Amino acid sequence: MEDNITEFDYKSEYTTLNLGPTHPATHGIFQNILTMDGEIIVDTEQTCGYIHRAFEKIAEHRPFYQITPLTDRLNYCSSPINNMGWHMTVEKLLGVDMPKRVDYMRVIIMELARIADHLICNSVIGVDVGALTGFTYVFQWREKIYDIFEEVCGARLTTNIGRIGGMERDFSPACIKKIREFLQEFPRILREFTNLLERNRIFMDRTVGVGAISTERALKYGLTGPNLRATGLDYDVRVMSPYSSYNDFDFVIPVGINGDTYDRFMVRQQEMWESHKIITQALENLPEGKFFAEVPEFYLPPKEEVYNKMEALIWHFKIVMGEADVPVGEVYHSVEGGNGELGFYLVSDGGRAAYRLHFRRPSFIYYQAYPEMIKGSTLSDAIVTMSSMNVIAGELDA
Amino acid sequence: MNEVNNAYLLKELQEQFMDAIHSVEEPYGMLTIEIDRVQIVPLLNFLYQHPVIQMQFLTDLCGLHFPDNKGKELSVVYHLHSFTKNIRLRIKCYMPIEAPQINSITSVYEASNWQERETYDFFGIEFVGHPNLKRILNVDEMDYFPMRKEYPLEDQTRTDKDDKYFGR
Repeated sequence: MEDNITEFDYKSEYTTLNLGPTHPATHGIFQNILTMDGEIIVDTEQTCGYIHRAFEKIAEHRPFYQITPLTDRLNYCSSPINNMGWHMTVEKLLGVDMPKRVDYMRVIIMELARIADHLICNSVIGVDVGALTGFTYVFQWREKIYDIFEEVCGARLTTNIGRIGGMERDFSPACIKKIREFLQEFPRILREFTNLLERNRIFMDRTVGVGAISTERALKYGLTGPNLRATGLDYDVRVMSPYSSYNDFDFVIPVGINGDTYDRFMVRQQEMWESHKIITQALENLPEGKFFAEVPEFYLPPKEEVYNKMEALIWHFKIVMGEADVPVGEVYHSVEGGNGELGFYLVSDGGRAAYRLHFRRPSFIYYQAYPEMIKGSTLSDAIVTMSSMNVIAGELDA
Repeated sequence: MNEVNNAYLLKELQEQFMDAIHSVEEPYGMLTIEIDRVQIVPLLNFLYQHPVIQMQFLTDLCGLHFPDNKGKELSVVYHLHSFTKNIRLRIKCYMPIEAPQINSITSVYEASNWQERETYDFFGIEFVGHPNLKRILNVDEMDYFPMRKEYPLEDQTRTDKDDKYFGR
């Protein structure tokens, strides 16, 4: 009988648990096949691809301006950042410089999008530890940000905001008013949200030390954005390779220490304050001038001119039919997205569509670290860890 | 101390890998080298451990297909980044479509695991030594590599299809 005890197969006692693909706690379509020993996670395998839409293939068949709506659907919590990133990639390929006003307008919109993204992510961490109040409360303020987007471009979630070569229209007085109102009111809201969670005993007990990762492992796994900064490394694309005049603004990069769920939450909280600071500076110093650059091959002329002027009509036709010439070349451009370094690798052979366009989707790369972060923890901790990583299904699967 | 720029980076690489480097370009300010595919792992290890360059972050890995480029149809492109010196490097490896094998770099960067799976999934490039090389975004039963150029998107104007079940 002694032998039987030593040969007892512990593995047969493990339970397999399917978390997903459509599970309310995963906030998106992911499947995690967990091997559980009681409530402890022993091993996990991730499957993805449930909402794969072949964006990279579609992008090879479309003129450049039609790729912007595809980028909307990557990280749909901060789609303006994706749009701007794509515009800037094409502008880099064409070698055109934007007027300062465009840069500042873009910065305002991108930082608003960052606040919207972080509000969702942080309040969802609250939801997953049982605090629904904060989520419903700050969600109204995400709606206010979307009101501003609506004022700029007419859309709310998948914005398709801006154009290659500038913005589609100038900020209207109503839009400026809405941004000012937001800047004035938002600190109060964020402080209230802070009071609700940041030093909340229950929240801290649930998040401190949960799902931690060290800086070395984070770098090996290619983490970027708030997840990397929570481990203590201050890598931010806005500072390392400034784009869109980010070097004009005064802001700091918040970093964490332990790389756990609480640090990721805190880094996002601080980043919202920094974004608020950047928007204030950009709005105060918004330069006068044009809201678009002189790239007639890509920037749609105003409608009145199209109806009345021959040249504008020709450009309009050429742009819409995708007849504009592009230089041959390859370019990599990255922006600091809501959840990390969002990169665009564009190879152009001079044709009307991209020869190859590859999206560096941050969550696709850092989601690989998830098994290592949750091994040995409980199921409830795994769920909090996942929401704190800000993995967006649309970006994961492209 | 020398300033780390593209020229310095290239000099260091050429000292070590003179024979493996096939071409050097600098499109839009990013140093781009084409190297022999068998040298990829030693090269990445060299850059990773280099005391000055410290290129320790794999930004991106993706595949490309050039059907007319005989003998060099498929390519893998690596984007590396050194955080300490803030310099980026692009490395390209070409391979024939009949023998699409290249060594996996998962031993250097864990981040390449899924990216190599994605590249395999879409281009059929086999990463030798990869721990778990299987499809990632497409279904497992798929028997072709959809990002290759011979597979066009479906013609949106075709009329020979019965769409009545799709509400069209």
